[in-house]
Amino acid sequence: MTYILRRLGFYLIAAWVSLTLNFFIPRFAPGDPASALQARFQGKLEPSAMAAMKVAFGLTDEPLHVQYFTYVKNLLRGDLGTSIAYFPAPVSEVIGKALLWTLFLAGLAVLVSFALGTLLGILTAWKRGSWLDSVAPPTFIFLGAFPYFWMAMLLLYALGFVGGWFPLLHAHSSHLSPSLSLEFIGDALYHAVLPAGSIVIASLGGWLLSMRNTMIGVLSEDYITMAQAKGLSERRVMLHYAARNALLPNVTGFGMALGFVLSGSLLTEIVFSYPGQGYLLFEAVKSQDYPLMQGLFLSITVAVLAANWLVDIAYVWLDPRTRS
Amino acid sequence: MSFFRQLLSNRKANIGLTLLGVFVLIATIGPYLVRDASEFLTTPLSPPDSEFWLGSTSQGQDVFAQTIVGARTSLLIGFLVGIVVVAIGATVGIAAGFFGGWVDDVLSLLTNVFLIIPGLPLAVVLAAYLEAGPVSIAFVLILTGWAWNARVIRAQTLSLRRKDFVAAAIVAGESRLRIMFFEILPNMTSLIVSGFIGATVYAIGAQVGLEFLALGDVSKVTWGTNLYWAANNQALLTESWWTIVPTGVCVALVGFALVMINFAIDEITNPRLRSEGGWKAVVRAAGVTPGFSTPVLRRGSLADSNALADSSAPALSKEAS
Repeated sequence: MTYILRRLGFYLIAAWVSLTLNFFIPRFAPGDPASALQARFQGKLEPSAMAAMKVAFGLTDEPLHVQYFTYVKNLLRGDLGTSIAYFPAPVSEVIGKALLWTLFLAGLAVLVSFALGTLLGILTAWKRGSWLDSVAPPTFIFLGAFPYFWMAMLLLYALGFVGGWFPLLHAHSSHLSPSLSLEFIGDALYHAVLPAGSIVIASLGGWLLSMRNTMIGVLSEDYITMAQAKGLSERRVMLHYAARNALLPNVTGFGMALGFVLSGSLLTEIVFSYPGQGYLLFEAVKSQDYPLMQGLFLSITVAVLAANWLVDIAYVWLDPRTRS
Repeated sequence: MSFFRQLLSNRKANIGLTLLGVFVLIATIGPYLVRDASEFLTTPLSPPDSEFWLGSTSQGQDVFAQTIVGARTSLLIGFLVGIVVVAIGATVGIAAGFFGGWVDDVLSLLTNVFLIIPGLPLAVVLAAYLEAGPVSIAFVLILTGWAWNARVIRAQTLSLRRKDFVAAAIVAGESRLRIMFFEILPNMTSLIVSGFIGATVYAIGAQVGLEFLALGDVSKVTWGTNLYWAANNQALLTESWWTIVPTGVCVALVGFALVMINFAIDEITNPRLRSEGGWKAVVRAAGVTPGFSTPVLRRGSLADSNALADSSAPALSKEAS
């Protein structure tokens, strides 16, 4: 329990660092959001409305520490400012809708890739020297060297565009509105096959390798020899004795890799016009929507931190030593 | 140095180094040998033919020339970021591991925080505020990429810190800086090299990603902007696959080459991984099923496989498992 609380403390510090970075980057950067704002709305807004908007973005002439205090207070209320591209919608509202889709897509992809990669890692280590062991690792490492979004473009072209087996864009068919019906969930999964598939292909190799390497270490332990000497079935030794112990370092790596995979999935979303955080990020960059960009950075960071905390909880459940 | 000699005699390292060498050569002299990469030269979106080997873009530019010219900036930024990232990582990691105490607490906290903050969104926010161009991209990648190396090097420093030679250097009155960079650092050559390679892989990939997001200077020809223009001009809807495939394959080949070198380093530093292949050959020659553990073998000892082949099977399997 103290372990979980200590981790929570660390994540709170990480969250504070990122929100502080978020505050200082625009204020110390050469590009000035206030003048960008001015240029963008030139002639379209009255001066008084312009001033009100600057206040809403926190770009005032007050001393820095006062600005910082107001900024943190607004954040705690869930107020991330107003989007420029989707004016006058507040950033939190724009992000809220997209966050669920990103969590769905990235979550699905990470879980599938972790499960598949780990399983392949177990098998390749168990049957070392077999054809699977000589083919799978190099293949997936080569595939992993491609940028995620490039893999997405290729899959989209081959299976979606030329083959016509999968939808080309969006997260669900336009005639269905989001609900928890079986039809909608099926439709959403169908739309997720290509984007999630490209992330899985590109990220599988990492899990495979790290699992294979730890398995090789574990397999030379005495308790494996002991389990075999007892005449336990192959499968039992492989899964309950070797894999279970080799899994722990991989779970730690899982937390680390989440942010990386999520970053990749943001780019994949753009290729598929998937209505998640990544697509918004692209829109924000294109239209120089700084408040939206920064809000996205914060929301993605918080999502990664929360996911890491869940991994920590899973770790305690897997490893009895952390409980004492 | 024996580490580099071992690296040169490793098969995986040779594959990686050769492939990488080809790309470095292309990046260095290639741009002088091809057509102008940003000039309008032929019918837009013409497929590959004998004159334009990789076809043309929607602006009528030569895709082959763009791929070659793009290599220069992309590789240069990649290696540059790799070097700086390793330098920062080594300094922070060694300082944290060597000094311990509150210095370690602060540096480790900072490292772990930067490790967990997702890189791409932070890089996007930073790059959006800076002036678009390779220098800004390099700066952003360094800021978001240094932490992993610092963590790995700190762990290694912690274990070296307890070794006798460090204690001896302290007693001999050497300065702290000298101990850190002349006693401890040279003992981590393999870690530094693999850290540099990992950072370069990251830098090339992330740079392509950021430029794909239009955060680079889109008037320059790099691998990232090539893909940005291809996507922007609806490469998929116009079925012009040749505008995206060459650049992607090049990025992947460079990444693959670098990862192969890192595998070789793993094999050199972890004898269990190294002796795997030879051990299996010996066991197969003896006609027995190998056990699970791969023994740690000295280089050259496998040549004497006759001794093993002569020994009886039960004895070997006992030895092996």
